[in-house]
Amino acid sequence: MDSVLIPEGVKRCSPGKFFLWTLPWLGLLGWGLVSAFLCLYKGLNQTNMTNYFAFALWIVFDLAVIALGAGAFFTGFLTYIIGKKELKDIINSAVIIGFICYSGAVAMLGIDIGQPLRGWFIFWHANVHSMLTEVSFCITTYLGVLLIEYIPIILENRKIEEIRELRLFGNNLHEIMAVFAATGTFLSFFHQGSLGGLFGVMYARPFAARGGFYIWPWTFFLFILSAIAAGPSFTILCTKLVEKITRKKLVPDKAFQTLAKISGWLLALYMVLKIADTIGWAYGIVPKAGLTFMDFYKEGPYGVWLVIAEIGIFGIVPAIILLIPKARQTEGWLIAGCLMNCTGIVLNRFVFTVVTLAIPVMPFDKFVSYLPTWQEWGISMAVIGYGFLLYSLSYRYLPIFPKEKELNTA
Amino acid sequence: MLPFIFEWQWNVDHIIFFGFLYLALGIVGLGITVAAIKTVFQLLGFMRERHFH
Amino acid sequence: MEEAHGKGPRYGMTIDLDKCTGCATCMVACAAENNVTVWPDESDKQRNVAWMRLYKITNGKPFPHTEVSYFPRPCMQCEHHTPCVSVCPATATRLDPNTGIVSQIYTRCIGCRYCIAACPYHARNFNWYDGYFPKGKGLDKYLSPEVSPRMRGVVEKCTFCHHRLMRAKEKAYAEGRRELEEGEYITACAEACPAQAITFGDLNNPNHKVSKLAKSPRAFRLLERLGTEPKVYYLSSKEWVRKLADNYRPEELQPVTKAG
Repeated sequence: MDSVLIPEGVKRCSPGKFFLWTLPWLGLLGWGLVSAFLCLYKGLNQTNMTNYFAFALWIVFDLAVIALGAGAFFTGFLTYIIGKKELKDIINSAVIIGFICYSGAVAMLGIDIGQPLRGWFIFWHANVHSMLTEVSFCITTYLGVLLIEYIPIILENRKIEEIRELRLFGNNLHEIMAVFAATGTFLSFFHQGSLGGLFGVMYARPFAARGGFYIWPWTFFLFILSAIAAGPSFTILCTKLVEKITRKKLVPDKAFQTLAKISGWLLALYMVLKIADTIGWAYGIVPKAGLTFMDFYKEGPYGVWLVIAEIGIFGIVPAIILLIPKARQTEGWLIAGCLMNCTGIVLNRFVFTVVTLAIPVMPFDKFVSYLPTWQEWGISMAVIGYGFLLYSLSYRYLPIFPKEKELNTA
Repeated sequence: MLPFIFEWQWNVDHIIFFGFLYLALGIVGLGITVAAIKTVFQLLGFMRERHFH
Repeated sequence: MEEAHGKGPRYGMTIDLDKCTGCATCMVACAAENNVTVWPDESDKQRNVAWMRLYKITNGKPFPHTEVSYFPRPCMQCEHHTPCVSVCPATATRLDPNTGIVSQIYTRCIGCRYCIAACPYHARNFNWYDGYFPKGKGLDKYLSPEVSPRMRGVVEKCTFCHHRLMRAKEKAYAEGRRELEEGEYITACAEACPAQAITFGDLNNPNHKVSKLAKSPRAFRLLERLGTEPKVYYLSSKEWVRKLADNYRPEELQPVTKAG
């Protein structure tokens, strides 16, 4: 039925089967739409956020997907600027994953702010000293860049390619992709960093506050590093998942191995700096605020296990796995390493957001706990549903894997 | 209503921030424009079409 | 970032905890003066709006050595690198260098709540619901035309009754003066306190009572070591109360049992 839209020389399942596949994701999107409607119509009282938990699930989700979506810009950087040719086989997948992550995050933020219609005030009444302004500018501009990187892929659809104007435009965009990759890298560097800066500058919250270099707290650099360490791992995971679901080999091993190796080295570097930063903070900012290290880890469920989990189990361990060539080349270990890497980074984002707010600063203030409502989960799950849908449509109708034909001739 | 209200003073911070922003936006805009112009030129026959894959 | 300094007034407050009885008249006066709304569920203290909030603190000792004190907490109007002002992405909050008051522009606030995350004093409140002033229930009768009500999705906080400053300045100008006298501009909470525990005035003016009290040996500020430079000073002769105003490591002071 839709075979004219499917790329040449590859097989895709029947339209009926595809429709069935989209149903759960449409369901998630539906749940999200209901949640969004409720939050916009009734207000943010539909969530469990409070004046203590001003940031909650959505912000954690935003930070996590943006960190994981860093694979897009970093793979682009490695492909077009550094010149790692083998990554050309996975760059389209990375771009689509990145686009999903960033557009999902921006949509979620539209619901998160109390006055979504005023969102443009960040641009119109910009406070250049605020990290959040920097985040907003760079993320929206970068979303534009991601769209520009996505368009040539869309224009390569079999039917659309037949239109000469569009084919030419797509080709011309593709030719100068290095320019967009470079700009994307520059913008991503800054917004990944300022997302970390958001927490590091809060000098009145000793748990999150950090010293730094000029106006940039150490968390600025740590967030960039952790994002480029986890991004490629997430790209590997998603692409491997696609291979699993479609039961096809789509990307040559060399691309996966390059990403895994770089991910491993970056994670290892990040771990060294993260440990140094934690120690520096524990001996610097913490005593200066009149607190001890254990003051932060003795309340509620947020114990020292968080540090052990973030730095040890989901930090050092995956770094070791991804650094060992034999482990990298074994699929099971590769997946495990990438999964643990991504989990560690998500945990890091969680700690900076939720734990920072849970811990009181005034001595007579109380520790507070929080669990999201179904509406909050709905919006977050909608991003996942949207992601699966958009990727599935792209996989079905666009030639995103250049080596698919070659790897699947019987 | 306009952003250039009370506290707005063009200082180094603003020049740096907006400088970089406009630079990035400019490069992206320029890239799209160049691609569009090239497309038009190729359609009109002034440039040769380059083939991929 | 501008900071208030120089010859202009720097409005501040002292709250004498030895006098405070915990009656919460300050909270009620503030709410009435500033058109503060009530939520359907006011018992949720993590979500309700209280520009002035009363905390109860205790020394944590068992009977008969238990001591209790009350801690009214308005906005500290932090002076140095105001945490909330520096983080607002839409410039919806501003430290006025001429008065030292941190103001909030409700019509500009986009409700991102970054300022709430940055404030260690929890002085800022978010409008989780629409304002609730239903006719016929009497709540609309206390609405003041001098203070704009807030719609949902914006952040609000104590403004040191800034509208009263405007009122006082207009009155002075009408009388041909430019300077305000002590007592012409005071906040609703200071005016209402039956124990006269709250003193308000110009910290830069050595003649003002608040300025003298702020230099008292009993004076201390909340979370002083963070370096926010609050303009609200507390007075207490009790050591345990002073210790609960800031964090101390075991080797610095024997910490008082943290109470709630």
